[in-house]
Amino acid sequence: MDSLARCEPNASSRFDALVARWRAPRTVGFVALALVVALLPLVMVNNYYYDIAILVALNAIVCVGLNLLIGYAGQISLGHAGFFALGAYGSALLASRYGWPPVVALAAATAGVGLVAYIVGRPILRLKGHYLAMATLGFGIIVSIVISTEDGWTGGPDGMPVPPLTLFGFVLQGERTWYWLAGGCLLLAVWIASNLIDSPIGRALRAVHTSEVAAEVAGIDSARHKLLVFVVSAVFAAVAGGLTAYYGGFITPAKASFLHSIELVTMVVFGGMASTLGAVVGAAVLTILPQFLTVLKEYEMVVFGALMMVTMIFFPRGIVPTLGRYLQRRRP
Amino acid sequence: MGGQWVQFLAGGLTSGAIYALVALGFSIIFNASRVINFAQGEFVMIGGMSMVSLTALGLPTGVAIAGAVAIAAVVGLLLEKFAIARARGADVVTLIIITIGASIFLRGIAQLVWDKGLHALPPLSGDNPIALFGATIVPQSLWVLGVTVVIVSALSWFFGSTRLGKAMLATSHNRLAAQLVGIDIGIVLFASFGLAAALGAVAGVLIAPITFTSYDVGVMLGLKGFAAAILGGLGSFPGAIAGGLALGLLESFGAGFVSSAYKDVIAFLIMLAVLFFRPDGLLGALRTERV
Repeated sequence: MDSLARCEPNASSRFDALVARWRAPRTVGFVALALVVALLPLVMVNNYYYDIAILVALNAIVCVGLNLLIGYAGQISLGHAGFFALGAYGSALLASRYGWPPVVALAAATAGVGLVAYIVGRPILRLKGHYLAMATLGFGIIVSIVISTEDGWTGGPDGMPVPPLTLFGFVLQGERTWYWLAGGCLLLAVWIASNLIDSPIGRALRAVHTSEVAAEVAGIDSARHKLLVFVVSAVFAAVAGGLTAYYGGFITPAKASFLHSIELVTMVVFGGMASTLGAVVGAAVLTILPQFLTVLKEYEMVVFGALMMVTMIFFPRGIVPTLGRYLQRRRP
Repeated sequence: MGGQWVQFLAGGLTSGAIYALVALGFSIIFNASRVINFAQGEFVMIGGMSMVSLTALGLPTGVAIAGAVAIAAVVGLLLEKFAIARARGADVVTLIIITIGASIFLRGIAQLVWDKGLHALPPLSGDNPIALFGATIVPQSLWVLGVTVVIVSALSWFFGSTRLGKAMLATSHNRLAAQLVGIDIGIVLFASFGLAAALGAVAGVLIAPITFTSYDVGVMLGLKGFAAAILGGLGSFPGAIAGGLALGLLESFGAGFVSSAYKDVIAFLIMLAVLFFRPDGLLGALRTERV
């Protein structure tokens, strides 16, 4: 009897802990996203929908990584299209010129981009605020000019064809196959990111965001943490870049351009900084919206620019955090 | 050999002067509002394109220039009034996105008002090249340099001797203190956008006869101006001028002696190298972070 009485509260507290863990926002968000990925095919009636969903997922992978850097560590990057393009062109070149198996090429290109980010990141991340923005922007522009100029390797401004992705001898093609691949990769990216955020590293990053000096005083090596998250975000961008190249079968320097970097940052800020789910929502909205705006033809740019301004003026914290606050306030 | 050097020097100073004008615009707005205005390049475009239209209407050159600058200034004022003033207190990244949205919006408008084509402007005083120390220089280059010198002098008078200029300077040093002595920050912000837009438009009017102009000419010029402002030290007026000229010269000599395809790469690489040694730009004040 005695042992049972002692045991019961223990078991229930363990159960409570389990429930609490399952009800944690990150678990709820992950499960919700997994459900969306699983159920979306029920409403997608043709390949056009699948195509857009794949592009959303691939962009979202970049944004989840970039959000770690911008939203959590508070370090801006206006050059992530450079990492995206290096991943894409690296995979394409290794697979087509050197005949490497595409998956190996993707892995090698990703590792290469991680190394580039490590080397570039060390000096660049010493800069702060607008100076960091300029330095990353400069990096992106350098990558983009090199890709456009070295036409013997990259096909120059015309772009280059990319062989299809093969896995264990099977050629991965068709929108439906790619949908599950891209969706799976997105879930993996979100899972990695949310674990990172809840780890000591994530807490250190938030401390760095609030005040670098205070974080250092508390014993956090801020340079090392910033570099780590910079490399992680570059690796996410490289994987998405490589997958985008294989999926599209063709790659152009537009993917390396300043405008693409801006597009990626806009997705993160639009969805809501420091919110992984926000990054996914931002990627979805800004990938889908231009598809609708094409009907506006010559008014497309005006409307897109105006929407960008209006949303950021009225929802400066981004869509998901603003909605979250609204819902919380309505709850008694 | 000597002629080649003079040629590159003249070319570099001409584009450098344009970058300096754009960079001054970045610094003026940054000082007043701590905003990096990514629509700064669009003011250059609006200046050049308005000049094309006003010249086509048959207006005398002087009137057309005044008109083009006025149009850009009004656009700048409207941008401040309807976008920036409403988003005050937002995060730095959010403000950057707003100005990028504004630049896309303005490019879209320009595409509707004008078209997607390239437009040429006649030079201010003919296009008979002048021979100088073995180099040939187009008269428009002299206009660019001369007008830039006049504008820089006018600006230093404005910031040193007028009430509004001093108020803007005070705000840039300490916003709260400026408010406490009765400076209306709203007016300072408003004026800084108008002034920056006017400077951009002057750059656009001056450069159009040399490089042509079109609705998307502002993207690259805006980036170069931002790079120049950072290179010199953001918020510093002498820094903006030094940064602009340095960037122009780097590009010109890089294109001449190394590779014209890689001139921007050379310029950006050297800019990155400078930032690694002087993280606050060439003439930027060294900061200490407060907790």
